[in-house]
Amino acid sequence: MTTKRFAIVGVLLALLVAGVLSFYASKSPDGLQHVAETKGFSQTETQHSTANGPLAGYEAKGVSSPHLSKGLAGVVGVGVTGLVMGGLVLVLRRQASSPADPPHHDDDR
Amino acid sequence: MHVPDGFLDAPTSIATAVVAAGAVAAALRGARHDLDDRTAPMAGLVAVFVFAGQMINFPVGAGTSGHLLGGALAAVLVGPWLATLSITVVLLVQAFLFADGGVTALGTNVLLMAVVGVWVGYGVFRLFRRPFPQRLSSVGVAAAMGAFVSVPVAAAAFTGLFAVGGQAPIPVGSVLTAMVWVHLLIGIGEALITALVVGSVVAVRPDLVHGARPLLTTRELEIREDVRA
Repeated sequence: MTTKRFAIVGVLLALLVAGVLSFYASKSPDGLQHVAETKGFSQTETQHSTANGPLAGYEAKGVSSPHLSKGLAGVVGVGVTGLVMGGLVLVLRRQASSPADPPHHDDDR
Repeated sequence: MHVPDGFLDAPTSIATAVVAAGAVAAALRGARHDLDDRTAPMAGLVAVFVFAGQMINFPVGAGTSGHLLGGALAAVLVGPWLATLSITVVLLVQAFLFADGGVTALGTNVLLMAVVGVWVGYGVFRLFRRPFPQRLSSVGVAAAMGAFVSVPVAAAAFTGLFAVGGQAPIPVGSVLTAMVWVHLLIGIGEALITALVVGSVVAVRPDLVHGARPLLTTRELEIREDVRA
């Protein structure tokens, strides 16, 4: 399998998981939330500054279908995560290959 | 495992943010040497896949769930430096776009999942890779061991932070017991997912798996000897 083909399959799988399967995930509190509730420190949680964003809580605001709302949030998340990580990798590779790289760094091999 | 705003006090959150920033800065330098035509697309894929995987909460016991942390998975696939960066990017996107994990708790979450999760997972993977038969099929098993251990260790690390800066007066011992128990169960799920994903990639393209490279090098050397003979 070529790297390109491998990458395409990987992205499609991620989109399937985040865009479709995520709807069927357990809605129970996660391990930390559960412990916080049973041990009695869940009330110390404060309102998140990003809680009113259009995708807060993995729900696309204004999309009435719960399937679509979650799926859309998942697809956007995959896209944004890929763009940010891809951009970071691009910058790092450019730095690594740049001849202007300061030669006095100990970790330069 | 995503710590929300308010669980830990400001000094603790600031301290974890400073440590996390230092670790990310080190990863930015370390990762540059790991990037080539094979690892660069893998780093993007790992970030995307961990984001997707973290949306899948699986049930553990009554009324509780857990999801992939992805530290060991990422470290075995792209090496610990790029793994730290990948998980950090996932946590940034989750905090700012999805209000999953607090913004003031971002340093704490990076420390627990992108640093402790990744490096403990990778350390245990390296430890377990040695005694197993030096075959490609061992890579997924060793990765699963790293994944299994990394989750309760991250949970214990949270409890340590809670002991220092928790905003509620609760006996730390009981929090530790509860956290480690539930995260041992989540660790089993983490191990299964990690074994499945690493095993699949090893089966298709072992050369794309950072943790499988040492095994491939010996194989390549054997081939060259054959050619010479």
